[in-house]
Amino acid sequence: MSLYQILFYVFASVAVLAAIRVVTVKNPVHAALYLVLTFFSTALIWILMEAEFLGIVLLLVYVGAVMVLFLFVVMMLDVNIAPLREGFIRNLPVGVFVALVMIIELALILGPATFGLELYPSPEPAPADAGNTLAIGQVLYTKFVYPFEIAAFILLVAIVAAIALAHRRRPGVHYQDIDAQVRVRAEDRVRIAELDADKTRRGDVAGDSKANQDKETS
Amino acid sequence: MISLSEFLIFGGLLFSISVAGIFLNRKNVLVLLMAIELMLLAVNVNFVAFSHFSGDIDGQAFVFFVLTVAAAEAAIGLAILVTLFRNRRTINVEDLTEMKG
Repeated sequence: MSLYQILFYVFASVAVLAAIRVVTVKNPVHAALYLVLTFFSTALIWILMEAEFLGIVLLLVYVGAVMVLFLFVVMMLDVNIAPLREGFIRNLPVGVFVALVMIIELALILGPATFGLELYPSPEPAPADAGNTLAIGQVLYTKFVYPFEIAAFILLVAIVAAIALAHRRRPGVHYQDIDAQVRVRAEDRVRIAELDADKTRRGDVAGDSKANQDKETS
Repeated sequence: MISLSEFLIFGGLLFSISVAGIFLNRKNVLVLLMAIELMLLAVNVNFVAFSHFSGDIDGQAFVFFVLTVAAAEAAIGLAILVTLFRNRRTINVEDLTEMKG
């Protein structure tokens, strides 16, 4: 067995075991961490298949961003796990049965008889200076430039949608309303009240008149 | 050397596990989202394997787009989940019966 084969079987078994743990583990935080392990091992397998750019993108974008987002959400929600686990044992036989049937069917159709080394020989290893990133960039910016723009637009829509969904205006918090500030006029702020002067009680404040009386008596 | 069938069976294993995960965790939206991510990963393994063995880079460009869409899907899905939890205090699929579906 060559080093290449040993590495493939190690990474593949780690990825499959971690994937099984993702769907069976009780705590969602642990499930997210096992999913990180699955992505990591799969990225290494992609790098074995000379897809270095996608392997690194999987690590940076998925492990670095999406899974951290998952962990944020899992830790932010105060979820009671017990009722969510109710149907687990009941659904276990049918789930395992469906998975086994799918694996057997896939193995029949994808086995060595149809996709073996004789029919699809392993390609020559790329030279050390071959640029996988360069090759992807050369098709991405020429042949697939229109889908590339659409992908960028989908990301923009996702940003707007995620912020619009998750943002909330809490009552009682004071925000600065720029529109209202710009639109304000002087008459909204100052009200000049016209009052007639009061002529009935001229100069006789209670305290003063009492002081005068005191002077007169003494 | 590793044959193409072994890479494809690896992708098939990941896909079957995530299908089983959808059966097992029918009530937990969070684990359902993780199982969907796992499915997309399995599909991407197939793309990369075929791209490697046929010497055509287009498959890897397609994986790039799938990753983009999957990231957008995860962001929107988690935002919906947060809004849902804020309004209903639950992420149990069984309790979400407002649309009588």
